[in-house]
Amino acid sequence: MSDRETEYRRELRSYLTGLALALILTLIPFGVVAWAGWSTGAALWLIAAFALAQIVVHFRFFLHIDLSQQKREDLQLILFTVLLLAIMAAGTIWIMANLYTRMM
Amino acid sequence: MAQGTIKHPGINLGTHHRHAHDKAETVVFGFWVFLMSDLIIFGLMFANYITQLPGTAGGPGPKDLFTLGSAFTQTMILLASSVTFGMASLALKYERGKGALLGWLAVTLLLGAIFLGLELRDFSDMFSKGAYPSRSGFLSGFFGLVPLHGLHVTSGIIWGLVLMMQIVTLGLTTPVKTRLLRFGLFWHFLDVVWIGIFSVVYLGGLA
Repeated sequence: MSDRETEYRRELRSYLTGLALALILTLIPFGVVAWAGWSTGAALWLIAAFALAQIVVHFRFFLHIDLSQQKREDLQLILFTVLLLAIMAAGTIWIMANLYTRMM
Repeated sequence: MAQGTIKHPGINLGTHHRHAHDKAETVVFGFWVFLMSDLIIFGLMFANYITQLPGTAGGPGPKDLFTLGSAFTQTMILLASSVTFGMASLALKYERGKGALLGWLAVTLLLGAIFLGLELRDFSDMFSKGAYPSRSGFLSGFFGLVPLHGLHVTSGIIWGLVLMMQIVTLGLTTPVKTRLLRFGLFWHFLDVVWIGIFSVVYLGGLA
């Protein structure tokens, strides 16, 4: 039973670590947009980087998906979905932005 | 490790819940496939929103409509609800009693409801500024994306309430346990989608 108690504390700590990291990764981009007065371009790069980092944090600490686990199909499914999204979403944005510039 | 092998995304109940742990592999993986297809829908809604960004047609744009404070509050509430759901998962896995499980679930759903209330208040503020979905391409894109997430949260709250009733009436049977695992994936997934929304729509719009 005490083994289970240690395991419980380990998993509880993992959730709280996830919370702390997610808070940091949320507060910094909000702070930059609210107070730092960066140029739009620089702020967008920072927002994108922190969003990606926070998504990884959520996957790791809340959805329990990481590189070390035995069950790789779940991660492969995510990567395949990301590939589909890269083709469809990025392709849409690319084509429409191109069209938009040509119409101007 | 005492937990045995990891069989599926989300928290694994482990060998202590032998029957539910065995059953969980296929049903949770199936639900994961659904979530990934849902992610494609959200991704395309994001793409649609981004392509419509310049299309304000002389109407209100992001800087006229969005407030950072409200987006921040909603973000914090949804993040808190993700963690309280984590506490519910741990209460289930480590058998901390039905009371603890139901309590954490109730807190999670309450936070979800507060989030929805704030979101609806934002929408009604936007309406009062003449920002209807039919006003411009930008607003169509916005109201295609953000309320889609809100609808997911709404159905999540209903799902959670049904599960709470099942915990009370059926007890923690194997089907109820695996439903809770799937509901957990859904809830955490919605928070991941929200990261995209606050980053692209709110922070991106106000940067």
